[in-house]
Amino acid sequence: MGELLELTASEAIERIRKRELSDDEYFEAYREAAAGDPLNAYLWLAPENHEQGNREGPLAGAPVAVKDIFCTEGVLTTAGSRILEGYRPPYTATAVRRLSGQGARLLGKTNMDEFAMGSSNENSGYGAVLNPWDPGRVPGGSSGGSAAAVAGQMAPWAIGTDTGGSIRQPAALCGIVGMKPTYGAVSRYGMIAFASSLDQCGPLTRDVTDAALLLSALEGRDPHDSTSVGIEGGIKLSGREDLKGLRFGIPRELAVDAEGIEAGVQEVFDRTVALIEGLGGEVDECELPHSPHGISAYYVLAPAEASANLARYDGVRYGIREPSEDLVGMYERTRAEGFGDEVKRRIMLGTYALSSGFYDAYYGQAQRVRTRIAEDFDAAFERFDFVITPTSPSVAFELGARTDDPLAMYMSDYCTVPMPLAGIPAISIPAGLAEPDGGGPELPVGFQIAGPAFSESGILDAAYALERAIGFDAVPERVSR
Amino acid sequence: MSGLEAVIGLEIHVQLATRTKMFCGCELSFGDHANVHTCPICLAHPGTLPVTNERAVIYGLRIAAALGCEVAPRSIFHRKNYFYPDSPKAYQISQYDFPLAGPGELGGIRVHRAHLEEDAAKLIHVGESGRIHGSGASLVDFNRGGTPLVEIVTEPDLRSAAEAREWAQLLRATLRQLDVSNVNMEEGSLRVDANVSVRPEGSGELGTKSELKNMNSFRFLERGIEAELERQRELIAAGEEVQQETLHFDPSDGSLTPLRSKEYSHDYRYFPEPDLVPMVPTEEMLEEARRDLPEPPAARRERYVSELGVSEGAAATLAFEPAYGEYFERAMGAPGGGSAAATAIWVTGELVGSLRQADAEEEPLASKATPEAVRALAGLVEEKKISNGAGKQVLAALVAEGGDPAAIVERDGLGQISGSGELEAIVDRAIEAEPEAADEVRKGNPKAIGRIVGAVMKESKGRADGDGVQKLILERLGQG
Ligand SMILES: [Zn+2]
Repeated sequence: MGELLELTASEAIERIRKRELSDDEYFEAYREAAAGDPLNAYLWLAPENHEQGNREGPLAGAPVAVKDIFCTEGVLTTAGSRILEGYRPPYTATAVRRLSGQGARLLGKTNMDEFAMGSSNENSGYGAVLNPWDPGRVPGGSSGGSAAAVAGQMAPWAIGTDTGGSIRQPAALCGIVGMKPTYGAVSRYGMIAFASSLDQCGPLTRDVTDAALLLSALEGRDPHDSTSVGIEGGIKLSGREDLKGLRFGIPRELAVDAEGIEAGVQEVFDRTVALIEGLGGEVDECELPHSPHGISAYYVLAPAEASANLARYDGVRYGIREPSEDLVGMYERTRAEGFGDEVKRRIMLGTYALSSGFYDAYYGQAQRVRTRIAEDFDAAFERFDFVITPTSPSVAFELGARTDDPLAMYMSDYCTVPMPLAGIPAISIPAGLAEPDGGGPELPVGFQIAGPAFSESGILDAAYALERAIGFDAVPERVSR
Repeated sequence: MSGLEAVIGLEIHVQLATRTKMFCGCELSFGDHANVHTCPICLAHPGTLPVTNERAVIYGLRIAAALGCEVAPRSIFHRKNYFYPDSPKAYQISQYDFPLAGPGELGGIRVHRAHLEEDAAKLIHVGESGRIHGSGASLVDFNRGGTPLVEIVTEPDLRSAAEAREWAQLLRATLRQLDVSNVNMEEGSLRVDANVSVRPEGSGELGTKSELKNMNSFRFLERGIEAELERQRELIAAGEEVQQETLHFDPSDGSLTPLRSKEYSHDYRYFPEPDLVPMVPTEEMLEEARRDLPEPPAARRERYVSELGVSEGAAATLAFEPAYGEYFERAMGAPGGGSAAATAIWVTGELVGSLRQADAEEEPLASKATPEAVRALAGLVEEKKISNGAGKQVLAALVAEGGDPAAIVERDGLGQISGSGELEAIVDRAIEAEPEAADEVRKGNPKAIGRIVGAVMKESKGRADGDGVQKLILERLGQG
């Protein structure tokens, strides 16, 4: 059975199609692997013989783990929050419908930072997720449950959401592939909103081929989401194995001159850059002068949108309700009880940023920074096909290491925040292992490739070639069976 | 109290009569069971997203066109944040600094803007007062939540409660003929709030205003504004200041009570709605909005007065009441008959009166009196073939049984008596019958003539022409 779990999803689908593998057997293997869940990666796991509809299509027979931020009709959906404890949505998110419509089977709902607010998965209302490489460390966040399940062989692949790095950073910390598509590529309908202008659904997979397959199933215009456009021409992997003629820019601000990048991470990054050159790619430094302000802009805009998005959790229609003598009392008690500290912190930040008299100084200013960051990328893409950076400045850190220091936690997304602000796609692929600063067992390091809007196929092509050159085949010791 | 001028602006919410809601596919309803027209979107379930109803945008554009508003090439929705159970998302999707339509004008009053938004759900407070304070519980009916609304805001150009009421009626007439709303104040598909302040006459500044809500008829609108103007004038006379506040009108006793400031003082924290893309009306949508746009009532009134010579009062009735307007247009389309001015008077005077007497609901075009017949009747009177009084009898016959006025005149012997010996004989008999009055007239008191005229009319059964009779009496009494 262990061998089954080592297959990529694409390999398994191929065997199922050739009838070399039974889809029920494959599904059950994962269900069993996930049942113990030593990493606390799942919040809900499909019961045995869970009724599933379509078994035809390009994803036929593949179990998929879904971040608990996606609404699934009749199936527990909490977004990692106590305020939605017991909530069973009356409808299913478009992304999940697309997957099941193409033959995938819902394996389970994965743990996450509450309302996707966090970079370590310690902000879940249902307990922290552990990193399969070292259970004393975090898996990253906010799609930490999805990343840990895929890396820990409890799911062949998973979907997550990325607002400031929530797919790419946990993918990096868990040694798997994670991709944030262009804003608008995948429908947000049924994806519980954190920051609507930034949130985007994407794949977390074992390799680039799986990422391409899963993304091609997810993308598409949805009449239920006015901001969705899909990816024109779909996703196509050319299978090229070199990088000849492709130009890679290393932004000084996010790599060369960036503070706080661990030595081990830097070493893996430099090694990967050398591989790119070895494959015929051109590499040069470039500038994204406003990107260092990305974190500041992000932590105004995202909380501002969140303060409105999370206002609907008022105890009136669904989720928990803490009764009180009067209406305001009920609102206050329900929200005080239901939301965790980080969510409350961001609601307060965002409410403040939108208040009359402060709007222009905070929200307005942050929007202007956002525009500058997008313009920086536009300028860089005139000279380069891609921009490359380390995905995370550090490898997985220890549980509790940053929980008392929100700013240190926020800096985990330093290299991943500028892309969603510009609305552009980016992938993180595992590039090697490195010791954390201060020593310890080696942990995965992610390598980020970003491209212009709707350049997903190009990014995946480059990532595919690079993946082969890197040859990353390490798996966490504790899950190798 | 003199010296203080009223300054009034109106904010009007118009529920659009689209098939579905503003941002979801639920059907609109009125009077259905609670919460049957709901879905995950209008109940604000997690993860749901709004999608703009294109019909509502076209209806909004149609209203903008009728109000002569400039349409924004690109307008955006904002979120207006507030916590209340009638707002399931805890924000209303509305428009803020980039509305659908900018400045316009209707009937001499400037329109500041018109924008699209969604209606709130309906709260039903269980308990004695019917309002949230002092009620035992509140229930929410989400059927209304998400109904498309157009909010129209005027400049503070209105100067009296009556003028505000008249303008609101003009607005309703204008909107009614667009077929985009039921514009019914009692049902709440037309809701008019008023911003009221006073200032020294001649001052260019604006005083502190109060906002009046819940005036659900034109009569209440006028009464509410009147009451508030009086209250403000009294405050100022007593040396006190007007506070900016929101007042709730109680139709049962006409009183105005402040809403607790906690309920309504908000920092709405507007910001652009990230779930929707900017609204850019296409040329097709603009064309559809303008297509078959009926003549606006204000223009119609103006045209009737200046081009057709119709009196101001009759022109207003015809322009603001589309059913009578259409009746009049049909009458004027007939091959012959009275002038526009005379026909207008017959339609807005006798016809309106007798139809209202018969049945308040009856539409003029459904009446037995056809537009052609009424115009022919106006012609008979105008050409002095029958008297005004006989004309009224003919109209009553037309309303009762239909038919042709000339035939009715013939049948009932209503032809005018004039100039002939017949009228002179009747006049002489009347003078004889009223000797005291005749003496008074001879002494130079013309007022006394009324009794003699009355006697003539009585004997002639209204067939005599009043002016001619008067002249003849004066002649016979040596006063001509
Ligand atoms: Zn609905």
